[in-house]
Amino acid sequence: MEIKDDNISAMCRPAVGEAGKTGDWRDATPVIDHAKCIASVKNRPACYLCWLYCPEGIVKAGIPIEINLTYCKGCGICAEECPARAITMVMHEEAKK
Amino acid sequence: MSNVQIMTGNSAAAWGAKLCKVQVVSAYPITPSTSVTETIANWVERGELKAEYVRVESEHSVMTVCISASTVGARVFTSTSSHGLLYMHEQLHWAAGSRLPIVLACVNRGVGAPWSIFNDQQDSIAQRDTGWIQIYCRDNQEIIDTVIQAYRIAEQVYCPVMVCYDGFVLSHTMMPVEIPDAEAVCRFLPPYKPHTILSPEDPRNINPVIFPWQRRDAEGVLRDGYMDMRWKLQHALEGSRDVVVKTCRDYAELFGRDHGGMLWTYKTDDAEVLLAGMGSIATEATMAADLLREGGIRAGVVGIRVYRPFPREEVREAFRNIPAIVVFEKNISYGYEGALCADIKAALYGAGIQTPVHNYIAGLGGRDVKASELAEATRSSLAAIAAGKKEQQTWLNCVTE
Amino acid sequence: MPEKLFKVNAEEYILPGNRACSGCGLSIAYRYVLKALRENTILTLPASCLTVLHGLYPITSVGIPCLNCTFASTAASASGLVAGLAAMNRSDITVVAIAGDGGTFDIGIQALSGAAERGTDFIFVCYDNEGYMNTGTQRSSATPMGALTTTTPILTKQQHKKDMMKIMEGHDIPYLATCSPSFPIDLYDKFVKAKRIKGTRYVQIATPCPPGWVFPPKDTVKIGRLAVETGIVVLYEIENGKFRFTGRSKTISEKGTRAPVIHYVERQGRFKKMSMEQLGQLQRWVDGKWNEYLRRAEA
Repeated sequence: MEIKDDNISAMCRPAVGEAGKTGDWRDATPVIDHAKCIASVKNRPACYLCWLYCPEGIVKAGIPIEINLTYCKGCGICAEECPARAITMVMHEEAKK
Repeated sequence: MSNVQIMTGNSAAAWGAKLCKVQVVSAYPITPSTSVTETIANWVERGELKAEYVRVESEHSVMTVCISASTVGARVFTSTSSHGLLYMHEQLHWAAGSRLPIVLACVNRGVGAPWSIFNDQQDSIAQRDTGWIQIYCRDNQEIIDTVIQAYRIAEQVYCPVMVCYDGFVLSHTMMPVEIPDAEAVCRFLPPYKPHTILSPEDPRNINPVIFPWQRRDAEGVLRDGYMDMRWKLQHALEGSRDVVVKTCRDYAELFGRDHGGMLWTYKTDDAEVLLAGMGSIATEATMAADLLREGGIRAGVVGIRVYRPFPREEVREAFRNIPAIVVFEKNISYGYEGALCADIKAALYGAGIQTPVHNYIAGLGGRDVKASELAEATRSSLAAIAAGKKEQQTWLNCVTE
Repeated sequence: MPEKLFKVNAEEYILPGNRACSGCGLSIAYRYVLKALRENTILTLPASCLTVLHGLYPITSVGIPCLNCTFASTAASASGLVAGLAAMNRSDITVVAIAGDGGTFDIGIQALSGAAERGTDFIFVCYDNEGYMNTGTQRSSATPMGALTTTTPILTKQQHKKDMMKIMEGHDIPYLATCSPSFPIDLYDKFVKAKRIKGTRYVQIATPCPPGWVFPPKDTVKIGRLAVETGIVVLYEIENGKFRFTGRSKTISEKGTRAPVIHYVERQGRFKKMSMEQLGQLQRWVDGKWNEYLRRAEA
């Protein structure tokens, strides 16, 4: 027996992936060159402009930085704003794998 | 110990809200409702009523404030009329869709263009399909009692309630009103428990976009689509009839006054013709019935108290075995007939009742309607029905050519 | 830069996999709005792009409680929340209303003016993407001169943008600020400050919109930055009537390095039919506003 919706008006609870795995939207994938990334090069928390400007909040500001590709929509802002040019947007990256 | 005061209908509505200890009141002035919220402002500023009073810049904002305050758990009240109610229209839908137990005193007034400040029921009838319960009062005592009942009904079924009464005819007319004992009202009306709490402890997003289809939540529970949610509102209104009737009965037990639940009747037992109406025109119809009886016509009256949900079964019961029905109403569904007449006929059709129903559109924009005129109209309808005229629409006291 | 970043609340309140467009300027701004406001906040918002970002029933992408309201009613909805919370003795919660420019400059202005006049204790945030983007880029009173929209599809918008900040300042409210997602720390600081102040606070965020303004999503931050560099958007705050440039705009005002608006205009498809005359008008309009700000900053 399917459980019935007991809400009498529309009310949501928070969850990841409301719009699905938005990484599917992407046509170009950010690829990080850690040899150029300032945080990795200096081996201390530094720069993190990719984290700062990511509209999705999916850049993990660690050493090395990580991008959650499951949800990355591929906007390319991180690559554009990276002062060390450490991030490159690679078209159809998944297809090549 | 009874506390009877001479007061206007507007005072009675304000008193009802005060006794229910409303916590948030929002208002914007419009004749003839103004003195309801003026009275409350006075109490709040004197410290006689502990409530947040929000003096907004429009009726649209009035209903918005009611919606938001009710969402976070406050008991809310407001009052308006005519264009004020029309300006709220969007928010009336939003309030019902949000399933919020807001109580609004609608002081019925005609609708422009051209302007009229005087009474008819076009304003609230035009809100018929917003998902609000509508109750029509016939005197000031019923107004105070109905406001109190309205909160219990609303908070039980999670639907907003519009308590309607005629502008000037009741709103500005002094009548003796017994003010119920405040402690007894507290016993009658339990505290308001919102169906959802909007609070940082459990973050929710209330009333977002909803798909036409059902959709699973993060836990895998299949949740409603738009239409399923709409059905719940319809189901709640349909189911509220029993709550209305029980609330009325409980109220009568506690306070000694029974206003009739879904509808009330007057001298219907032996009647050969029934006059029907809502609000003060139905009260007037009782006088007309007496006049008709003096003239040898056994007339009775059915006063529709609750218009939405419509008292389908009660109407069938009341009009069964009656040879003639005459509906008097202060509204017109343009291009068809009076809204009440249409609804009564629809209810009868489902029970196979084929009694002739004559419709009188009366008192629009405050045009005077005398009991003698209702009686005369009934006589002429009876003659027409005897001559085989099963339906007829007449604009009473109106230049129609 | 890192020192400034580390003071920012690390919590993310917008969850991944939300429905906002790729490269959305609002998404960047909203991240920092919520980081600054933190948990003890209730939001109310009208129909807008943000409604979409918040997600469709029964899931939301935002971890802060939110009440959706109708288009014209945002500030009144906040007023109702404030009154209701006061009645429920919840004085610990900040009420925040967020609407787009349509919901602020146009259909929401009446309720907003009313709430501000009453001194309602809330923050009203306008995210200004200069048009009705959620309905497909129609003209609003926030659309700049010379922009193509779907309701000014050939001749472009003929009028300048409404100066909403000036209108809001006319309400004598204690705090007003402008910000941009291209300067998140400036934005964050302003919201942290706004949260501490009592009364009506108005914050306007200029949020670049890749599909509506017709530029690639990767350029969102760049376009937002160019807006500030050219003085199309000026970062400032007005606290108890005192005007102050902030962040990059402060530097530009001190160094006199404001760039011509063409640098901003030329990178957006929406201005492709802008006439030279309109460009001149826009430049003069920006110059006039800028000089006004300079005078106020010096006063």
